[in-house]
Amino acid sequence: MKNHVLRPLWLALAAVALFLAVRYFLVPADFGVHGRNFTYGFHRLGNIQEWRAFPPRYQGNKGCAKCHSENYRHNMASPHAVIQCENCHGAALGHPDLAEGITIDTSRDLCLRCHAALPYPTSERSVLPAVDPENHNAGVECRECHDPHNPDLEGMK
Amino acid sequence: MKQSRRRFIKAAAAGTLAAAIPLSRLKFLSPAEVKAATGDASIRWIFLVDTQKCVGCGFCVKACKIENEVPYDAPITRTWVERYVVTADGATHIDSPLGGRDGFIDGRIDGRDIKPGEISKAFFVPKLCNQCDNPPCVQVCPVGATYQTLDGVVLVDRSWCIGCGYCIMACPYGVRFFHPVHKVAEKCNFCYHRISMGLKTACEQACPFGARQLGNLHDPADPVTRRIMTERVAVLKDEYGTKPQVFYIGLDEAVR
Amino acid sequence: MSEPMVVHGLDWTIKELFVYPNEFIYWAIQIVMYPYMTGLVAGAFVLSSLYHVFGQQDLKEMARFSLVFSLALLPVAAMPLLLHLQQPLRAINPLLTPHFTSAIAAFGFVFSAYAMIVLSEIWFVYRKYFVEQANALRGMPGLVNSGKHLLYNLLTLGAHDSGDSAVAKDKKAVKILAATGIPVACFLHGYAGFIFGSVKANALWMSPLMPVIFIMSAVVSGIALCMLTYICILKWSQFRTARNKGAGGQAAAGGVQIETINKAARYLLGFLLAAISLELLDLIFRGYTAMKSWDILRSIMYGKDFINIFVLQYGLGNLVPLILLLLPRATVNRTAIALILVLYGIFMMRWNVVIGGQAFSLSFSGYMHYQLPIIPHNLETFKEGLCGALTVAAMPFILFYGLNKIIPAIKQTGH
Repeated sequence: MKNHVLRPLWLALAAVALFLAVRYFLVPADFGVHGRNFTYGFHRLGNIQEWRAFPPRYQGNKGCAKCHSENYRHNMASPHAVIQCENCHGAALGHPDLAEGITIDTSRDLCLRCHAALPYPTSERSVLPAVDPENHNAGVECRECHDPHNPDLEGMK
Repeated sequence: MKQSRRRFIKAAAAGTLAAAIPLSRLKFLSPAEVKAATGDASIRWIFLVDTQKCVGCGFCVKACKIENEVPYDAPITRTWVERYVVTADGATHIDSPLGGRDGFIDGRIDGRDIKPGEISKAFFVPKLCNQCDNPPCVQVCPVGATYQTLDGVVLVDRSWCIGCGYCIMACPYGVRFFHPVHKVAEKCNFCYHRISMGLKTACEQACPFGARQLGNLHDPADPVTRRIMTERVAVLKDEYGTKPQVFYIGLDEAVR
Repeated sequence: MSEPMVVHGLDWTIKELFVYPNEFIYWAIQIVMYPYMTGLVAGAFVLSSLYHVFGQQDLKEMARFSLVFSLALLPVAAMPLLLHLQQPLRAINPLLTPHFTSAIAAFGFVFSAYAMIVLSEIWFVYRKYFVEQANALRGMPGLVNSGKHLLYNLLTLGAHDSGDSAVAKDKKAVKILAATGIPVACFLHGYAGFIFGSVKANALWMSPLMPVIFIMSAVVSGIALCMLTYICILKWSQFRTARNKGAGGQAAAGGVQIETINKAARYLLGFLLAAISLELLDLIFRGYTAMKSWDILRSIMYGKDFINIFVLQYGLGNLVPLILLLLPRATVNRTAIALILVLYGIFMMRWNVVIGGQAFSLSFSGYMHYQLPIIPHNLETFKEGLCGALTVAAMPFILFYGLNKIIPAIKQTGH
């Protein structure tokens, strides 16, 4: 009965040992600093690959041009050449295999993103051709009169 | 003894690398692939925002939310665009409705009509994660669920994050939030999946005016790096010592 | 995807002027409860150590009680965190892959170490009692008795020696444990202050004084809660025996000793004064240095949160109890009122730090208002609303009730 004082200590050590055993199985094998510093580089290495495997949804103009060369060339010759097809036509991932297809945004608000007049003297915004949405044919979709692929006023429908 | 220790270290290193790859892809790794798995130190991703060119169309925000599957109608976003209107009386009016996702098609700020004559300067400022050199969000993560890759991007491990929110509190830029679906910390990662395969970030690609540009600081020939080296650029909130790596052209004193 | 999408914080955050889109009050009521509860744990333990280590004889009765009470509070300190986490099932991760540059990573370890210390200390204090119970229950008929016998036998850990020399060894062990426990208790709570104080992004939190302020207020709240519960329990047993007397009950139990209460109250006063001085120093310093953030901090402190900070916290929670405790001819009832106010004041301090720190935008150009969800309409508003907070607040008393059945914390005179 000499050493009864140490009994809680043995119990605590047993708990620690049990925890270490459990930890061995629960921590992913690739967790570590991988040669980096502990403050910023401590992580599960496999996660980098997981992020890289994320599928890109926006495929870019060049992808569209493969099939829609006519529209692509048409648009690239216009002031809207700077605008990506997918900005209005929707992200192309899965197109054209997907049954539901991609949704084209033809709303007035889409055009107004750039062409609603804002009198901002130190911003390029005030340089863009713009209308006052409330007074310029309110409620009518822009493409009723304007061709988005050839927005010059000469190209009006 | 020394020999066996070396052998052990080698084996351990190999084991670590092997475990880094999902079982389905188990195959022999070329040196290039090993390098790819750990991130590439010859790259330091940086970003240049030219606020002079931004018109506040918000296509970047829209593209980002769709590209990265951030719920479209939820009021959180990886990147956003702020509008600053400084009036003649010296007051600054700032807003960013829905993060600027639908652009700015209305002159009112917070329901207040500002007459054109009152405006002395007005501009748009896109914001995104600064991928800091000293990311305070990474420092405070208790579990190592967020980290800086070798190429400088801060990622979040969705399978390991406990959702304590400490990183959200630690970011001086308000870049982080909880993903409404995954229930873990979420942030801009420069579209890591895209830039790793040579694509532009979704926001850069969607921007019609070249206001957003990704660059590699370790490549002296990179046009973005050249601009940062040769032009006058600023960063946001450098007083926090975070060493942000998103550089701004045309930043104003009013910008928060 | 049947589960409805919840933007964390949207339910209780109201934004005003310009706030960054992703900013919400992410740390809500449970993070107020968390330092409050750890503070109570630390304070209760420090109170019991005052007797065990420094031999304050007049605290003897309180010491035993507050030790058991600190055990009852212990699991509750972790509860707010579990309720707060977005991924509560991963709560073990900080122990698995601790990232020690984070203040939170230490929680599990300090907490576990502290739990071990408290448990061992209780074991040493109650070992003789366990042995006595095990011996008394041996061979008693009935399933309950044999169950209890087994339990007490297990609790002795096989150490059945209740001779004088063995008990003397127990006492020595208690003293050592209580002494090591004090720094651990302070660390447990001081680092809770560090969690806030080290957030450089938050203008209100960032202060090296934060950990010290937290320790001081922790001890204050712990002592206050122990004293209050002690008074309540003794009053209740007094009331019960008085009632039983009519029906031929036993003689009256001990009753509340005003001397014991007064002695504990003096420690409380000391720590309370230290806490207030540090907080005021912090406030004065912020005003005097007037850094970039001072404009918005001032508008919060002297404007939007004036009632919360100066009326409720400093006034009602600090100044009034200070006067009540300092007035001569203390009575038990008056002390009890002061204690309730002190507990309220410390709670408001936690509130003003946690919620107040998120009351302004990182842009310094806007505000966020916190609306405590009262009636929950989903899991989130239950967990991080009034219901969750009340659950946490009630838990230590439920646990204490159970613990008291096994290890009686208050000696009845009849014993």
